[in-house]
Amino acid sequence: MKSQIRRTAIVSALLTAFVAAPIALPNGNSALLGNTAHAAQEKLGPEVSSFFLDNGLQVVVIPDRRAPVVTHMLWYRAGSADEPPGKSGIAHFLEHLMFKGTKTVANGEFSARIAAIGGQENAFTSTDYTGYFQRVTPSALEEMMTLEADRMENLVLTDELILPERDVVQEERNSRTENNPGSLLREAMAAALYQNHPYGIPIIGWQHEIDTLTKEDALAFYDKFYTPNNAILVVAGDVDAETVRSLAEKTYGKVARRAEPGVRKRPTEPTPQAARRIEMADHRVSTPSFQRLYLVPSYNTAEPGEAEALDVLSDILGGGSTSRLYKSLVIDQQIATSSGAWYQGGALDHSSYGFYGAPKPGISLEEVEAATDKEIAKLLEEGVTQEEVERTTRRLVKQAVFSQDSQASLARIYGGSLVLGSTIEDIEAWPQRIQAVTAEAVNKAARKYLQMPRSVTGYLSPKQQEG
Amino acid sequence: MTFVLKMKTLKYAAVVAGGVILSVWATLAQAVEIKPITSPGGINALLVEDYTVPLISVSYSFKGGSTQDLPGKEGTAKLLTNTLDEGAGEITSQDFQIRLQDNGMGYSFSAGYDSFSGGIKALRSDREDSFELLRLMLNEPRFDEAPVERMKASRLNSLRARQANQQYLTGKAVRETLFDGHPYGRPTDGTIETMGALNGDDLRDYMSRVFARDNLVVGIVGAISEEEAGAMLDKVFGALPAKAQLTEVPEINIETGTKKHIEFDTPQTNIRIALPGIKREDDAFFAGYLANYVLGGGSFNSRLYEEVREKRGLAYGVYSYLGTYDHAGIVGAGSATRADRAQQTVDIILAEIERMATEGPTAEELEKAKKYIRGSYAISNLDTSGKIASVLVAIQQANLGIDYIDRRAEYIDGVTLDDAKRIAAQLFGGDPTVITVGRSVE
Repeated sequence: MKSQIRRTAIVSALLTAFVAAPIALPNGNSALLGNTAHAAQEKLGPEVSSFFLDNGLQVVVIPDRRAPVVTHMLWYRAGSADEPPGKSGIAHFLEHLMFKGTKTVANGEFSARIAAIGGQENAFTSTDYTGYFQRVTPSALEEMMTLEADRMENLVLTDELILPERDVVQEERNSRTENNPGSLLREAMAAALYQNHPYGIPIIGWQHEIDTLTKEDALAFYDKFYTPNNAILVVAGDVDAETVRSLAEKTYGKVARRAEPGVRKRPTEPTPQAARRIEMADHRVSTPSFQRLYLVPSYNTAEPGEAEALDVLSDILGGGSTSRLYKSLVIDQQIATSSGAWYQGGALDHSSYGFYGAPKPGISLEEVEAATDKEIAKLLEEGVTQEEVERTTRRLVKQAVFSQDSQASLARIYGGSLVLGSTIEDIEAWPQRIQAVTAEAVNKAARKYLQMPRSVTGYLSPKQQEG
Repeated sequence: MTFVLKMKTLKYAAVVAGGVILSVWATLAQAVEIKPITSPGGINALLVEDYTVPLISVSYSFKGGSTQDLPGKEGTAKLLTNTLDEGAGEITSQDFQIRLQDNGMGYSFSAGYDSFSGGIKALRSDREDSFELLRLMLNEPRFDEAPVERMKASRLNSLRARQANQQYLTGKAVRETLFDGHPYGRPTDGTIETMGALNGDDLRDYMSRVFARDNLVVGIVGAISEEEAGAMLDKVFGALPAKAQLTEVPEINIETGTKKHIEFDTPQTNIRIALPGIKREDDAFFAGYLANYVLGGGSFNSRLYEEVREKRGLAYGVYSYLGTYDHAGIVGAGSATRADRAQQTVDIILAEIERMATEGPTAEELEKAKKYIRGSYAISNLDTSGKIASVLVAIQQANLGIDYIDRRAEYIDGVTLDDAKRIAAQLFGGDPTVITVGRSVE
């Protein structure tokens, strides 16, 4: 019933899920595919092509000619983890401000032109990237490229425009975080998990620092990172590569190389030595819940095959109602109403591996935590079976085929993986890599990373309101 | 990364579809051909054949929904959405879940006020197994006690969790204020008492009344021939009863004017505003849809967006919408802002509603609204097979008919400025209900 204005979303679970594991299009020409992978062999993925403009902009084209729609998506290699100390939230604030006009395009005019053709638009900020997209008819692609290229170098900001927008961001933070005890706990847990790396700082920024962000802060971030050699353009949908190339040269090709951001090198995490616990009680909570995070590598930092093994592990342990955790805690012991695990492998630096559970009435958080730990211990001791691994990998490979049905999903998968350092070949080979995962690899990864000193445990509990 | 077929918005899709389907249908028609089909067993559906990707999407909907929950058994339809996949035929819960996972298809069930809907997205190579699993779920669910109790426990946990959830408290207050005494005013998720008392017999009873062929609509899209689609229809739906036994739901005239504040200790106050609306079949629907777009339906370009967010930075989101149900229509608006700015935000939204009632949209605003609504449909709704299947269902739910599709753009273009002003005065001229949930300000 409710329609929410979502401009400038913080990248949420939905999007990170797309890029967490770079789900790929099955590339059916590989002899590596086992005979169980009939789904993958059935259909070649789209003919994805890529090229660079002279100014360094990478352009990726994903044709999908089924409907007269194109998705135009520009990704910058700049996210909240690239912010200067004390300026938390500036990456996301700048994302809002990118809609405020340029030297030649008035505030709101870009949006108005999109609306005039019934198009959609939005933007999103993550720890490692910021993205802008429009979905329009193919005939409007050139106009979108012109306007997006224009705001890559010609942004104009005034205090009159940006101060109300800073209030908007605070209200966005109120909606997402301050009003939501679960979000506050997650924020505190991330801050504890990352002892040195900026992933411990919320993407939207800390409330007290958002209040101090200025026009100069926004422009400094813009001038450092918003340059064609630091961006990836993804165009998916009813268009061919040659058309995109000529339009890109005509539009983005005219943008000067504005900066040399160089290699993104953030402070790194020490080897964790101590398990941490975070507890929060709030009157807005009615039912308790438990969470556990472990510091693990991402697809980008893992040893070959390790991230794929963690994906398979999370599915076996906690992916849905046939998983080990659900069977044990919810079905057999009947002590929890939910129990599961996840791995979020899409990050430039570290990643996290998570567990969650909600106790049934009369059962304590401690009991749910202990039962979760028992399942983890059992897995570390006995390992997963080859049959569990094969069932999971078969299904993951099949699911990759489903992503072909949505040009917007494809644009997110490719953009979100490339912006973190993957290549198109990496993405297309993901099903093969998943199929190559063995029980031994899963067990090795589990034993290496699911160790308490690497963890943060969180309890969220009800609290009686005073007065 | 799990593929999840999200059809939670089927009801919403129907509402939106009402407003915008036909405006760009010509564009879709160029890309795909919609074929009305009838199975050998006599079941009708709309089909779009497309072999570009090896997938098949099927959407279906039974008229009925949560209004068909028996009094005292509120939450039945919602619980059904969690239990149809917990074992069917000879296959018990866990084995059935493994069958579903091995098949890999996406599937979903959802229950709105007026319909029970679902969909699958299957690989062509696995389609026979997928269709068999769907047949089992819709015809022979087991409702064994253990899985039913497990799903109830999960729902009861959610019901308890909500008791201090601001969003839920706001929605509940709106629903109870607007739909007091009507089936729409009942809690569709049930209460701790009604959910706690439900069992497999209640679920079977609901199915026997609502899952039938005469209240069914189906949309099929993807790598499937007409013949295969017909066989699927007979297999999955052919054994259902010919006629549903629906309890009649009365029409409701919405009365507004209630002002209500609910004290809740949290930094941001929720604001909800409501007025009587119109139903989808109203002749003035398109005019109303366009007027609402100008007020608060056009996300980044509406009057509310401009006044509340852009100029004053009062809120992240602000919106208005036409809510169309089978037996009622409402106009809704809302936002959220910190407590000390909540009254100012309410005042601005009310002032804009009043301005729309007295002045209507300008000629320029109406033209822009028409352009947006004509163009947006293909872009928003026709780029995946699942979305197209939902559209095919929505068309049939609203009884629009294939021939109506071609006339749709004319309906939008035919709305005059006087039409828009007239309906704006009607829709926005009443005494609004205003509900706020948050901290009081001294």
